[in-house]
Amino acid sequence: MSFARDILTVCAVLAGVFFFLAGTVGLLRFPDSLSRLHALTKADNLGLGLIAIGLIMHAESIPSALKLVAVWLLALLASATVPQLITRTMPPAVPPA
Amino acid sequence: MNAATLFGLCAAILVGLGLYGLIVDPRPLRKLLAFDLLGGGVFLLFGIVARRGAAAGFGADPVPQAMVITGIVVAFAASALAIAVMLRLLQETGETNLPDAASAPRQHSDSR
Amino acid sequence: MGDMFDVVLAVLVVAVAVWTIGVRDSFASVVGFVAYGLLLALVWVRIVAPDVALTEAAIGSGLTGGLLVSAATRMQRAERSSATPQPGPLLRLSAIGLCVVVAAALAVVVLTLPNPPPTLAPVAAASLPAIGLDNPVAAVLIAYRAVDTLLEVVVLVLATVAVWSLAPDRLWGGAPGQRANLDPGGPLTLLARCLLPLGIVIGLYIFWMGSQAPGGEFQASAILGAMWILAMTAGLVDAPPTSRQWLRALLVLGPIVFLIIGFAGFAMAGGFLAYPVEFAKPIVLTIEAVLMLSIAAMLGLLVAGPPRRRKQR
Repeated sequence: MSFARDILTVCAVLAGVFFFLAGTVGLLRFPDSLSRLHALTKADNLGLGLIAIGLIMHAESIPSALKLVAVWLLALLASATVPQLITRTMPPAVPPA
Repeated sequence: MNAATLFGLCAAILVGLGLYGLIVDPRPLRKLLAFDLLGGGVFLLFGIVARRGAAAGFGADPVPQAMVITGIVVAFAASALAIAVMLRLLQETGETNLPDAASAPRQHSDSR
Repeated sequence: MGDMFDVVLAVLVVAVAVWTIGVRDSFASVVGFVAYGLLLALVWVRIVAPDVALTEAAIGSGLTGGLLVSAATRMQRAERSSATPQPGPLLRLSAIGLCVVVAAALAVVVLTLPNPPPTLAPVAAASLPAIGLDNPVAAVLIAYRAVDTLLEVVVLVLATVAVWSLAPDRLWGGAPGQRANLDPGGPLTLLARCLLPLGIVIGLYIFWMGSQAPGGEFQASAILGAMWILAMTAGLVDAPPTSRQWLRALLVLGPIVFLIIGFAGFAMAGGFLAYPVEFAKPIVLTIEAVLMLSIAAMLGLLVAGPPRRRKQR
């Protein structure tokens, strides 16, 4: 039983790390701020969520598992609103000629 | 080498880096950042001394940790005051550098 | 496996610090500093200092980062247009030499720390049952080294007054910052409206848990102060003029209550800031609660800055 839990945790965390890696590659390689913000949101959304799911399996109690979910939801709230604020201060994008 | 010694060496490097940035960069904001880096290194030194003092069932000696908490709050207050002074300087002179640094006859870099 | 994580973390911290010092653009340096603060919080967790990790993440990286970002944004235009004098090679070389000597000396100290390590943990542990707290760091802050905490709060009050005094004479007593426009459908308003109640609950929870688990009044006041700043930035509340009596009373309430209890300690238990054993826990909780409110207000005001609007008659 706990072996299956360990396998699930490792798989979930690895998948989350993959999304973080994808987000970082996007941050470094995408040409402009809008697409970089798009890549970062994937990292926050899916990457953190998968890691949270992986850690929930090893949480000591229901309240600490709920705290992990709360952490993910708060990070989602921030990552949903902050890119909107960043794009409001950016000059309008000019399509490549 | 255990975690305390590793992070202690890391703290020594941070102190050296912070001191270098404090001495070398003439811009006040960069000096403040270097000073805060230096402070972080010093607090980390307190922390590893605390970690090594684990006894009485605790993971670390709580007294240096309490001093570090006090130090972090005071360092924030000092940073806030320093930034307020810098912004006032900006308001008064329109410059971010101190007057004698900007008019030094030695090397000037090109404007970026 | 834990060792490898520690090594990677230490290398990352040093790398981010090097980048923060070396990068040209000040705004990038500030961003690097915030990342450095968060990595440092992870280091604190690795050396079993969770209270310090919370404080570093909240105050050292969070509030200081917010302050630095707003300062760097305002300085950006002036910095781009002015010439930064570069330090000469002689200054750089001698600075490198000095810093290498200092870092090497500290490294030698770290490697030759006394074994067995001296510790005050048993002394602190001995005072815990009398106070009724389970968190040793909280007990040290509020009981064993209470004078340090009292002085720290007084330093915060002085810093707030000093920041206020940096306004021009005609603006003394006015409100800090410009009135932020409330954008009813905007993302910042959504963030503020969702996060504010949650943040207040989380802050009070961390305060309450501070007596048994990592937490306490400093971390909680950082969160409450940040919520106030968020509300002011979103335009939900207006920054109060610094001449308001209730604001000034709130600032000094914490230190004054602490001082009164401290002097009452002479009568009750025979020394400054000595707590009588029967009432130790209620007294400690009272001091912590009042301190939390005062420090939250002071942290918020320190980030808001000196008055920039004229006082309304």
